[in-house]
Amino acid sequence: MEREERRKERLDRGIKARTEGLYAIASWREITYLLAPRASLIIGLLILPLVLPGLYWQRVLALAGVYALLALSFDFLAHRVGLVCIGGAFMMGIGGYISGGLNYYFGLPIALTIPIATLAGALICTLLWLPCLPLRGVYFAIITFMFPHLATSIIIAGGLLGSTEGLSPIKGFPNIWVGIYLILGLVLLTIFGLRRLCGEDIGVVFAGIKDNDQAVLASGVNITRVKIYALYIATLIGCFAGAFVAHFSGFVGVSLFALDFSVMPIAACIMGGPGTLAGPALGALILAPLSELLRGFGQLRVVLYCVILVVFILFKPEGLLSWVSRRYHQIERWVKV
Amino acid sequence: MGEVLIYGIVNGMIFVLMAVGFSFVYGISRLPNFAHGSIYVTTGFITWSFINNTGLPYWLSVILSLIIVFLAGVAIYQFVMIRVRGMPISEIIVSFAIALAILEGLRLQGIGGFKGFIGPGYVLPRFIDGMLETPWVTIDLQRLLIIAVGLLLLGFMWLFTHHNKIGLALRAMAQHERAALMLGINSDRMANIALGIGSTLAGLAAIVVMPLGNITCESGYTVLTNAIAVCIIGGLGSWVGTILGALILGLATTIMSAIGGTMWNNVLIFGLIILILILKPSGLFGQQKELQERV
Repeated sequence: MEREERRKERLDRGIKARTEGLYAIASWREITYLLAPRASLIIGLLILPLVLPGLYWQRVLALAGVYALLALSFDFLAHRVGLVCIGGAFMMGIGGYISGGLNYYFGLPIALTIPIATLAGALICTLLWLPCLPLRGVYFAIITFMFPHLATSIIIAGGLLGSTEGLSPIKGFPNIWVGIYLILGLVLLTIFGLRRLCGEDIGVVFAGIKDNDQAVLASGVNITRVKIYALYIATLIGCFAGAFVAHFSGFVGVSLFALDFSVMPIAACIMGGPGTLAGPALGALILAPLSELLRGFGQLRVVLYCVILVVFILFKPEGLLSWVSRRYHQIERWVKV
Repeated sequence: MGEVLIYGIVNGMIFVLMAVGFSFVYGISRLPNFAHGSIYVTTGFITWSFINNTGLPYWLSVILSLIIVFLAGVAIYQFVMIRVRGMPISEIIVSFAIALAILEGLRLQGIGGFKGFIGPGYVLPRFIDGMLETPWVTIDLQRLLIIAVGLLLLGFMWLFTHHNKIGLALRAMAQHERAALMLGINSDRMANIALGIGSTLAGLAAIVVMPLGNITCESGYTVLTNAIAVCIIGGLGSWVGTILGALILGLATTIMSAIGGTMWNNVLIFGLIILILILKPSGLFGQQKELQERV
């Protein structure tokens, strides 16, 4: 019996080819085609807090922003530099405890605590993870994963920084709009900033380290130094998220080192599209409300993130954003072989 | 003094038992096995359920749970890991997700009648009860059993990887996968076997070690850290390193417990890891000299 063989053909849209060079500014149509995805992301994020009903969902949105920052930090480290750091909660905790502690013990204003916590926290995280940098793959992953556990046990065993009770109250933002727009602005800045960074010279070195660090080493680049830069940038993002949460919730405790902050950004990143930078942010915007709805189930949420992770890696490894952007740029059709 | 020494050796053997499965899988199939700690806890859970829910005798439930765990290891490779083989980042994330799903899933309460275990009261029975009293030290027989099992296991693994066709094939895979493929070794089948055996080893460790305390989900994370600590301190790909690393860790944690209390053990283990990474990044007996060669 003769079977009809078909295959899927993918062709670039004409407008994609036309917008690649200088001709991008040939007409409004081309300009719109280029700008539409970026503009819709920016405008969408800026309008979202205004249309949301009620304070509760606005807080959820701010939390989604925090997860988005962590997911961006993970995505940058894992898929642009090749360091799989699954201890995102550690950056959260360090950033949160520094800014919360400065506010609680010394009464510094938010305008000082957040920048200090971001810069100093990133420095501390980088210094602590520095000895682990020669490790690759699993070893780096497991060691970074254990850091939050370690920090929790030190804080509880040593009775430091409020021990199990945590530090409270921490001064909050003057009103919720400041908080929301601060975090959303930072998310946008991080997405576009990291994309720009990966296009620079050092971004090429990052990609080289990810693909073949021996080759980069052979071309006379000190890869440990470059990895330190990457780690510092990524931890800056994470520590900012931590400092933000400390002020946003008015409380600092060992819950900042919770597993959720390590796992959910990874799930968001894999779901949104690994390596795309904008994808993880979108993933976080999808996952955060979902996990908020499931708040009553406790541990089930972590299991849910893990199931999402496995399903996406096995059956949709490109992630949502890559799928959408393929639809945007290409035509698909079935052709007879 | 004698007490610290003997308990240090016992703790060292516990470290050996925890690490041997992990380093076996990772050294051979190059698959990160985050699920190591989860399998450890799962074995305890299954055995406990067999004994207390279905009333099977102890020896039968141990054998059954070891078989189940072996099959679980094979299933993890066959259905999940095989699809991401060779993509390091995906490998890590997937196996991490599986491990977390198992560990956190075991804590679930009351969903579909499933009762996860939280809190004390989940204890496996001991192999042998009783104490051995000598002039200098008093020790229970279970701890002596751990030493015996640890030594037997090490001997068995050495024989298995040096004088057995499957073991030799596994080592060939570890050294050069392509050459091994060319000589007719089926790499997927070998990785399957490796993951199965690694899981069984984790299960065995659970059955021997767990009677000393309660079954808790947290011990899954501890087992994973301990296994990694032994691998890093002793050096990859060296049996001597594994044993010595484990003994050092065992003695150090025992002395630490005697001085300051067990809650600082994690900190101590981390300190040792960091120290070794700074001083001698290839581990005490590591065969990979180059810094960047550490996978």
